[in-house]
Amino acid sequence: MQKIQNNKAWLLVLPVLVLVAFSAVVPLMTVVNYAFNDTFGNNQFFWAGLEWFDEMVHSDRLHGALGRQVLFSAIILAIEVPLGIFVALNMPKQSFWASFCLVVMALPLLIPFNVVGTIWQIFGRTDIGLLGHSLAALGVDYNYTNDPIDAWATVIVMDVWHWTSLVALLCYAGLQSIPQAYYQAAKIDQASRWAVFRYIELPKMKGVLLIAILLRFMDSFMIYTEPFVVTGGGPGNATTFLSIDLVKMAVGQFDLGPAAAFSLMYFLVIMLVSWVFYTVMTNLDKAEAGQ
Amino acid sequence: MKLRGSAIVMAIYLLFLMVPIYWLLNMSLKTNAEITGTFSLFPHNLTFRNYQVILTDPSWYMGYVNSIIYVVMNTVISITVALPAAYAFSRFSFIGDKHLFFWLLTNRMAPPAVFALPFFQLYSSIGLFDTHIAVALAHCLFNVPLAVWILEGFMRGVPKEIDETAYIDGYSFPRFFVKIFMPLIASGIGVAAFFCFMFSWVELLLSRTLTSVNAKPIAATMTRTVSASGMDWGVLAAAGILTILPGALVIWFVRNYIAKGFALGRV
Repeated sequence: MQKIQNNKAWLLVLPVLVLVAFSAVVPLMTVVNYAFNDTFGNNQFFWAGLEWFDEMVHSDRLHGALGRQVLFSAIILAIEVPLGIFVALNMPKQSFWASFCLVVMALPLLIPFNVVGTIWQIFGRTDIGLLGHSLAALGVDYNYTNDPIDAWATVIVMDVWHWTSLVALLCYAGLQSIPQAYYQAAKIDQASRWAVFRYIELPKMKGVLLIAILLRFMDSFMIYTEPFVVTGGGPGNATTFLSIDLVKMAVGQFDLGPAAAFSLMYFLVIMLVSWVFYTVMTNLDKAEAGQ
Repeated sequence: MKLRGSAIVMAIYLLFLMVPIYWLLNMSLKTNAEITGTFSLFPHNLTFRNYQVILTDPSWYMGYVNSIIYVVMNTVISITVALPAAYAFSRFSFIGDKHLFFWLLTNRMAPPAVFALPFFQLYSSIGLFDTHIAVALAHCLFNVPLAVWILEGFMRGVPKEIDETAYIDGYSFPRFFVKIFMPLIASGIGVAAFFCFMFSWVELLLSRTLTSVNAKPIAATMTRTVSASGMDWGVLAAAGILTILPGALVIWFVRNYIAKGFALGRV
């Protein structure tokens, strides 16, 4: 659609700008302030320059948390994206069952994050949880509070449980937009199932898939509540992801300077990745509009 | 034959989704003695005591009331400010529009952990700590951008000729917007409201940081079940089930739009 050039439109955007600026810019500037200052309490601040950034960039603790975070996000994407596509391809097309599947699949998305954590914390316990109890009955030595591998497995399965439906729902919406004629043409050409997927379904899902990957990357990169409830970041530091470490540092130990420097770098990484995705997405939009 | 395979895949997947929730429901209907003592797939001594505890104790059920108050406030604020902004983005080009749109997206992506402490200090210093409006405003950080994106996606689908015809017919902008335009995107408004409701309802980190007693959300109240006398598993499970209910109730109405909402209005 051709848009009209009109700078008065700013007036319509103004309320959003003011509100979001109040919630985003003011707190962000507080963080910036802490990041460059040192304090000994009682609200006295001393200029510290880049000291905290220097400390953070070279801190093993941050490297550890970052490494675990990247690994976690990578595993999550590697499981949830293919699984989500697979589920979407198997969903019923129309009818009552399609609605039924949609509603059941959306259910985990609507559960408060800490309740998700609680569900899995209980579910995995060997004394009262179905999963833990069944595994113990099968003779598997499973204990997510002691064993780092088990803790990781629990957190990953929990995230797959929680968010795979999001990928599936988006892909399903993408698939719904493919005209039936495409499939008929493929049938006439005797295209294989794989060819149909590769040359018809996948290209049509590209846009929504990109959004799904963006959302899953971002949300897994800032995950806090669910693993915190299940494992508390443990055993040891095994499941201490970036956000958990950040809150520990800022609220638990009150190391405001390093925590703020850490926050800023964390935020910059997220901005950078968002920007890349956003650019690709708007280019895709344009390409589609040009067709 | 192919249909069979799909049905089996879906059955397994839905089962995987439902079993943990069923286990919580199962626990919420048992006594604590049964939960810790015996292991059973369904409650042998069906009891509603756990729900009774929650629904009769103000310190429990006020958690729900608090959550609902700030969630509704947040939804109303977000939609009200997002409507005109989304209209501006969908109809006009103006200086800095693309940058502004992207900046809004970055706020949706901002980790709440980064903002938790500054929010605490900001709202404490202006005397809003432990009020519903503080949480509602804090959640605007990610809900307003979300609402703008979703609404913009829906508004794009409305032909511009409708606006022009209305102006020729002598409608003023506010009257056109409320009388003609809003009914046209009613489903979009519904979806955006649903998503604001949902993300405000599931968020815990900020709402917990910004409240202590008077506006404490239910999700934070749940940690109370850890006491000196051990865990009250039954009540914890019942509280969990009650937090799932609101989402389960409204989801049926938006089932056909939920993917569009998650795609930020871009399907």
